[in-house]
Amino acid sequence: MKNNNLAEKELIVNMGPQHPATHGVLRLVLEVEGEIIKKCTPYIGYLHRGVEKLSEDLTYVQSLPLTDRLDYLSSMVNNVGFALAVEKLVGINVPERAKFIRTIMSEMTRICSHLVWLATHALDIGAMTVFLYAMRDREYLLELFEMIAGARLTVSYSRIGGVRCDINDEFLDKLGKFINEFPDRVEEYETLIDRNRVWLKRTKGVGVISAEEAINYGLTGPVLRGSGVYYDVRKFFPYDAYDQVEFEVPLGKNGDIYDRYRCRMLEFRQSARIIKQCIEKIPSGSILAENAPRIRMPESPLKIDKQDINFEIYTEDKQIESFIEKFPEVYASVEAPRGELGFYIVCDNSSKPFRVRVRAPSFVHAAVLPKLCEGSLIADVIANIGSIDIILGECDR
Amino acid sequence: METLNLIFLSVIYTAIYFGILLLHIAYATYAERKIIGHIQLRLGPMVVGPHGLLQPIADVVKLIFKEDIVPSRADKFIFKVAPLISLTAALSSFAVIPVNQNWVISDIDVGLLYVLGIAGISVYGIVFAGWSSNSKYAFLGGLRSAAQMISYEVALGLSLVGVILMAESFNLTEIVNKQSEYWYGMFLLPQIIGYFVFIVAMLAETNRLPFDLPEAETELVAGYFVEYSGARFSLFYLAEYAAMFCMSALAAICFWGGWTVPPFLIKAFPFLEEVPGIVWFLLKLYFHIFLFLWIRGTLPRYRYDQLMAIGWKVLIPLALVNIVLTSILKYYL
Repeated sequence: MKNNNLAEKELIVNMGPQHPATHGVLRLVLEVEGEIIKKCTPYIGYLHRGVEKLSEDLTYVQSLPLTDRLDYLSSMVNNVGFALAVEKLVGINVPERAKFIRTIMSEMTRICSHLVWLATHALDIGAMTVFLYAMRDREYLLELFEMIAGARLTVSYSRIGGVRCDINDEFLDKLGKFINEFPDRVEEYETLIDRNRVWLKRTKGVGVISAEEAINYGLTGPVLRGSGVYYDVRKFFPYDAYDQVEFEVPLGKNGDIYDRYRCRMLEFRQSARIIKQCIEKIPSGSILAENAPRIRMPESPLKIDKQDINFEIYTEDKQIESFIEKFPEVYASVEAPRGELGFYIVCDNSSKPFRVRVRAPSFVHAAVLPKLCEGSLIADVIANIGSIDIILGECDR
Repeated sequence: METLNLIFLSVIYTAIYFGILLLHIAYATYAERKIIGHIQLRLGPMVVGPHGLLQPIADVVKLIFKEDIVPSRADKFIFKVAPLISLTAALSSFAVIPVNQNWVISDIDVGLLYVLGIAGISVYGIVFAGWSSNSKYAFLGGLRSAAQMISYEVALGLSLVGVILMAESFNLTEIVNKQSEYWYGMFLLPQIIGYFVFIVAMLAETNRLPFDLPEAETELVAGYFVEYSGARFSLFYLAEYAAMFCMSALAAICFWGGWTVPPFLIKAFPFLEEVPGIVWFLLKLYFHIFLFLWIRGTLPRYRYDQLMAIGWKVLIPLALVNIVLTSILKYYL
């Protein structure tokens, strides 16, 4: 006796791309029944800028600033990742000091990026105050970036074969001061949210992904470790100075939002620990390898003729070509704050890469959203997006 | 002539009362922004006037002069009426709320019932707004708030039954006077369970954090009023703050003894009797307003099903236990 006029119908809700909680321009099409999600389809590509394709038209050194724009919250790590790939390709040995500087910067970036994650994740769940507390600490680190690299977000600090400019004692003092205070700050955040029953209720047992599924989906970083899988590029394939410092890789157990949250909160402390060791151990020496390819500005005043400028730039990169025959392709990865960020580069005997492919953790993680969301409530979608911590700039590239 | 005079006087009283009330409401928005600002390590409004004191006026002027957009697919009549229902319902409950001995527009004997009944009507404004906007987010927000406000109204009503039992009256003035007859001077002590239930239900009833699901910013963008703009939007905003004031006033009257001071305090500090009752009332009222803001600055948001579970599985049983306990006490003492 079913009345057709009252037949049940699923409501299709279009969440994004301008929704305040989808962290950029992620678009989720949700089929909801009441508040319960029946189907969730993520659509990406709203922030596609063709970074990989653009790189094919630029020399290796020129491609580097493009990587800033991948994951704009952790540009330092992106730079390091790209530089590592090219260094592996060309066979450049990075000086020790540069390695330590890179490690310090990478960990600072991790703290910065996790602070933004914490801020927005808490804001999504409704705790507004954490947002501004986290931004206060991030501001301090951004000022340190500005002090060394001249930019706050898109730093372009790494160079192929080292880093751009040296750090000084003032920087190290300020950083050391921050690192000493920082663990207390983390505890402050934890008092605000970790001992809060509302927070625990919203995060425990929500958005669960088992270890096996996490591996099958190709998850990396804190999202994978939250499920209890021990994998960290810094430990498995050490780069820079990570084999010279001691640190632990925090693991979760249940793979729910709370465990992923705990993992990142513990990573804050490990990052602080790494930076502390680096400050103690940092050797003196040069910051750029001898045989590093560089861009030099033309020595004579610039002419309007475009060919001249191009010529100057390309000749500097000629030295790369001799290596290309030996190493036609390369893959190098770093542990970005969001997971394994890999760069795959194919060469074709010219000063420009033939193909660049970025293995972006956000792209992989976005694919797991339907698995996490289906069957849960609308409010959990927001919590899930926050907990897998995707950056659409990296996802869409 | 007598009747005319009475009507005239009532109108004057009402105008003065609501003028002052609206000023309070306007500055409550300022207080919210300032207090939350300081909780969050920032200053809040600082530009308009000294320390941003003229900010509420600037906001009102801005909102009134904004374009009033009515979505083309909306049910226009209901869309336009909904904010009016919300605001009227929120403001008219103040007609029976006394702010001092005999300072009340209409001292009716079922005052408390009237306030609860009017609070029930205000949900219509929200449901109408959500439904008539013809927007999915607004619709979800409207549905959420319908479920939320109706289920928490039960808890709110039940939490006040204990007070009614002790005061043996629905009249709000009577409730306050009854409290000053006891040595402790307020129902807060014997009705501590009722007060707890009332505070939680009050947060849910006014759609404030941690129960602001109908307007959950990060989930539903703005919830039921997502399609509203300009003056109509500000009416919803006013209604929310008026409801906050109404609930705070109710808490002050029913649990904190309204404008009276506990007798034992007067015995200890005789000078307290000199302080006018309105000051006590406002202090108690603003304590609860501050509570609203403080909670907003600290707590995350509950999920929809958790909210329902708290309402039906925790608050209502607690309120019922409170009623039974109060009745037993009342019978034997």
